[in-house]
Amino acid sequence: MGLLIRGGRVIDPATGVDREADVLLAEGRIAAIDASISPGGHHRVIDAHNLLVAPGLVDMHVHLRDPGQTHKEDIASGTVAAVQGGFTAVACMPNTIPPIDHPTVVEYVQRRAASTGACRVLPIATITKGRLGEELAPIPTLAASGAVALSDDGDAVKDAGLLRRAMRYARQVGLPVIEHSEDATLSHGGAMHEGTWSVVLGLRGIPAVSEEAIVARDIVLAEDTGARLHVAHVSTAGSVALIREAKRRGVGVTAEVTPHHLLLTDEAVGGYNTDTKMNPPLRGQADRAALVEGLLDGTIDAIATDHAPHTPEEKRVEFDSAPFGVVGLETALSVLLTRLVRPGLLSLMEVLRRLSTTPAAILGLAGGRLELDAPGDLVLIDLDRRWTVDPAMFASKSRNTPFAGWELQGKAVMTIVGGEVKYSDVSVEVNA
Amino acid sequence: MSRHLLGLRDLSVTQIQHLLDLAQSYADGERPAGILAGRTLMTLFYEPSTRTEISFELAAKRAGAEVVRCDVDRSSVKKGESFVDTVQTLEALGADAIVIRHPMAGAPTLASQLVRCAVINAGDGMHEHPTQGLLDLLTVSQRRERIAGLKVALVGDVLHSRVARSALWGFTKLGASLTLVGPPTLLPPLLPSSLFPLPSQVTMTSSLEEGLQDADVVMALRMQLERQQHGYVPSLAEYARYYAVTARTLAYARPDALLLHPGPMNLGVEITADAAYGPRSVIQTQVANGVAVRLAVLLWALDTDERREPPHSLRELGAERGNAGTRERVAEIPANRPLPVIASGASRSGGPRGDLMNNEIATGLRPSQ
Repeated sequence: MGLLIRGGRVIDPATGVDREADVLLAEGRIAAIDASISPGGHHRVIDAHNLLVAPGLVDMHVHLRDPGQTHKEDIASGTVAAVQGGFTAVACMPNTIPPIDHPTVVEYVQRRAASTGACRVLPIATITKGRLGEELAPIPTLAASGAVALSDDGDAVKDAGLLRRAMRYARQVGLPVIEHSEDATLSHGGAMHEGTWSVVLGLRGIPAVSEEAIVARDIVLAEDTGARLHVAHVSTAGSVALIREAKRRGVGVTAEVTPHHLLLTDEAVGGYNTDTKMNPPLRGQADRAALVEGLLDGTIDAIATDHAPHTPEEKRVEFDSAPFGVVGLETALSVLLTRLVRPGLLSLMEVLRRLSTTPAAILGLAGGRLELDAPGDLVLIDLDRRWTVDPAMFASKSRNTPFAGWELQGKAVMTIVGGEVKYSDVSVEVNA
Repeated sequence: MSRHLLGLRDLSVTQIQHLLDLAQSYADGERPAGILAGRTLMTLFYEPSTRTEISFELAAKRAGAEVVRCDVDRSSVKKGESFVDTVQTLEALGADAIVIRHPMAGAPTLASQLVRCAVINAGDGMHEHPTQGLLDLLTVSQRRERIAGLKVALVGDVLHSRVARSALWGFTKLGASLTLVGPPTLLPPLLPSSLFPLPSQVTMTSSLEEGLQDADVVMALRMQLERQQHGYVPSLAEYARYYAVTARTLAYARPDALLLHPGPMNLGVEITADAAYGPRSVIQTQVANGVAVRLAVLLWALDTDERREPPHSLRELGAERGNAGTRERVAEIPANRPLPVIASGASRSGGPRGDLMNNEIATGLRPSQ
């Protein structure tokens, strides 16, 4: 018995298809896509009229806090948050306690995901042991155990010599190196973007150059080693320019940007709201414009949330004392549809591409496309659905969103992973 | 009803003028006896203070309020009680106003979002020190007919100074032009005027001579002694050599210039004794004005000033809205209108070093010259 999705507007960024069609899922895979597929009496049928049918979204940058900080989030709650936002796969960063720097931790994440996860969970392993930036992690073993990428996210690898050796290993095993680009000697003590607002608010600044210095260094190292470099959460105009120029030279570099960096600036910090504190910080208006432009011209490949849960207690402190990070899984698609697609800044197809096809390609996943025999990972989107962001309603254990109270239009209403409905908004009719 | 005082950026010109008038009446000897009887003021200082804490206490006592000092070193803060919980505890114990000094910017703002009683910022990190800003304005206004048109130079560690930020908003809102003077590492990377159109001009320079030229008011800022360790200046001696306000360097300013310092002073670093205790110094007057200013602020925050002028709470008023209907003696000065400014020599040559460092940014509309 399969799952038949009838009458939806099927959009596949991988092939450029955008037409009304039926999609049949069977045995966890896409079994047929056709203008009209007969229910045949033995399929479960979903009426998708007036809905988009798109590849399940892939978030290549989330923090599930599991193991070690499960009061903030765990694999169960984080993946439910993911499917509520339309994501069918998330790649989780290894800054857990203990860090994902050993095959046993990779296996722990895989086991928990298999038993409690609502979507696919792809572990990213550390570049260095303990994420301490001193010794190489067992990269070939981590790759063999199923890690999809390498990253010391939360910190850059400070030691350029060590990173260069890590890149040689990464190239050999075929994994991308994801860098959190921040020179801590330039950003030390900073709480927000260094600019007019940091001056006015009296908060120490994190200058744009603290990111750009590392992006520049890493591009040079990637070119030298032939490794694939992926720049996480690009936030400055200077970084965009460096990556654009590197791509023109043919360096193997890709990049991601978060919805909050695309849509907000440091002005949002004005009331010392700690839900606007993240790293990299919200930048200035020119940076924000450059990020949108970089996304448009392909300099920036993917959109990723950097979903970073912290509890209300942890965030209800002085701005300097608050931890960096905001959640994003449950708002990403909707804020992008409302603020980028609706005003015509980016096409629907492009936003979906950056949320599915490109991150899947960077991580070497089979998903992110709608074609025969591809994994049965789909999202159904209602472009007209209006809703208001109420953090109290989040499936995530945390509430730290900078989008609280935003009125949005467009929402994932059903998420299907491996042919199984993992999330369904009550108002989507499902006929047995 | 109570009002918060979080910073001078939030106040309208009318509100600032109202507070200065009220403070002047107490400086003139008006007795506030009993006005705050039955009210309780609590002070919560996470950083040491002499002037600010004592003058708040004195002001409250003179007006008949009860004053309770929350000694952070001996309170539950030492047991790890959070700032948020501490503030809420003080309110539950009956505070009508909480005066907060905190090393982190925005802490009083956070407190104001959690309690119904008045929150008064007595200095938060590098953000603001609004009562200091008011007493600086009061001190100058006692000696000059009007603040509009004056040229004010702030000298020293502008980057880390909350006093400088409050002075910047206060003086520019009243129409004075401002020059920020200091080594390049201790000047802000940008001026707020790129975001907030100010009614007068703000400039930056790393030449003391150029910065003090034609100044009516010179304010030397306190130098944090650990700046050298953190690599902001090569040494305190090097700093003093180029930026100390001395009787000699004060001569760059107008002959009748006033010299201010928020205290405590590092004599021989940002200021020397011959200047600090010289004829132009009004530093002791600043201290003396502290009580009058804090009295005015307390009465305003607790909404007991008889000459009440702003009818609603500060938060309802919003930052930019001035309000009409005042009977104050000074004419209305809308916060967003350019005011006559003395030509401040933007194009004046200040020697080769000054020219290199000068980073003049005109803000708002320049007066026709």
